[in-house]
Amino acid sequence: MSSTLLVSTRKGLFTVRRTMAGTWEIGGVSFLGDNVTLALADARSNTWFAALDHGHFGVKLHRSKDSGANWEEVGVPVYPNPPEGLEEIDSMGRVVPWKLKLIWSLEAGLATQPGLLWCGTMPGGLFYSEDNGSTWTLVRSLWDDPKRRLWNGGGADYPGIHSICVDPRDGNKVTIGVSCGGVWQTADCGISWACRADGMRAEYMPPDQAYDPVIQDPHRVAQCPSSPEVFWAQHHNGIFRTTNGCQQWEEITEVSPSVFGFAVAVHPEDPEIAWFVPAIKDERRVPVCGAVVVTRTRDGGRSFETLRNGLPQTHAYDLVYRHALDIDRSGLRLAFGSTTGSLWVTEDGGDSWKTVSMNLPPIYAVQFAG
Amino acid sequence: MPRVVFTGNLQRHISCPPCMVDGRTTREALDAAFALYPGCRGYVLDEHGEMRAHMVVFVDGQAISDRHGLSDAVNENSEVFIMQALSGG
Repeated sequence: MSSTLLVSTRKGLFTVRRTMAGTWEIGGVSFLGDNVTLALADARSNTWFAALDHGHFGVKLHRSKDSGANWEEVGVPVYPNPPEGLEEIDSMGRVVPWKLKLIWSLEAGLATQPGLLWCGTMPGGLFYSEDNGSTWTLVRSLWDDPKRRLWNGGGADYPGIHSICVDPRDGNKVTIGVSCGGVWQTADCGISWACRADGMRAEYMPPDQAYDPVIQDPHRVAQCPSSPEVFWAQHHNGIFRTTNGCQQWEEITEVSPSVFGFAVAVHPEDPEIAWFVPAIKDERRVPVCGAVVVTRTRDGGRSFETLRNGLPQTHAYDLVYRHALDIDRSGLRLAFGSTTGSLWVTEDGGDSWKTVSMNLPPIYAVQFAG
Repeated sequence: MPRVVFTGNLQRHISCPPCMVDGRTTREALDAAFALYPGCRGYVLDEHGEMRAHMVVFVDGQAISDRHGLSDAVNENSEVFIMQALSGG
């Protein structure tokens, strides 16, 4: 079981550790005052990565080989110059710059692929590194795919890749989630790609386009490590699941109190079990009735439990972003953090939750390390 | 020689004390400064060598007009000041 959490916030990267007494305590902070948008703990090399967005000074990436004691700045994904005269316009009519705007996903390759990292960005470029993050290369096959230009940012300024799932059986098989651009998959380590969002439904689109795979908005996509043909997606307007490797997605509609949310976690050993953090949909984006809850299914989405034990149930307005829910390898420990700086941990699969803090900066991402 | 000065806010992230450099344009002066402090370039310019959207350069008290080409002239005694474009209360 993992006993360390990396918590990326608007004002720094916090390390949270489980004590011998079984409590979870904030152990330290790196980059205090800076906007840390995402972190990755790469178990292959015991290396931590932190993505920062300095605003004025741009997006940066730092690497630590001693659990956050020291950091070194490494390279960031670099977009090429666009062809002369090209002003790329997305499907909503907005300009898409060929410039790095945000590091939105970071994942490690398999143990058999040492040094290989994947990075999803806004405005929609997927990059890889073969030297443990020192340098990055744009996956041109995806970037140059004409359908990529159909992506759009939805409520954001630019489209972005927020989920990267590396198949544990074959590291050349990679699945990504795009807002808004559906789910894409390669079986040859990025040489060729196919959109794999059949069955997803976008209720926000005109009816005749609702099932167009390329305009879907999966907020987060998670793959079951022990059953890699099963993926779960928290989509903009619902929950979807596939049991055949993204060939066909099925919508799950009966989820109380809401099917809206951003985050999803799947049990590492049981593809039937998944967790979500719901909210009032779209136009409000706060917990239903001011009560923070987690929903859990144990039967592949046929039924859901609403988990409340230990979570605030009155006047709570915490929203949980897509990277702010994580599960450890045991499947028992989960953690999630909110936009209002609350952080909760469970050690029994969500039956009961403990508050780690309610005073952190706005939380963007939570990840177990080790 | 033109003198290049980076905002103190940048010093928190990367060392780049004031420096005297050669150059007849803003681009030349900045390139010379970045040769001294290579890690500084990406904090001021984007991947295509253009001024980051919320950064500004003043040459002798005037904001440069060519934010893409950085062609604004500097002279022997110029001070090139790089800062954030701050606004708000």
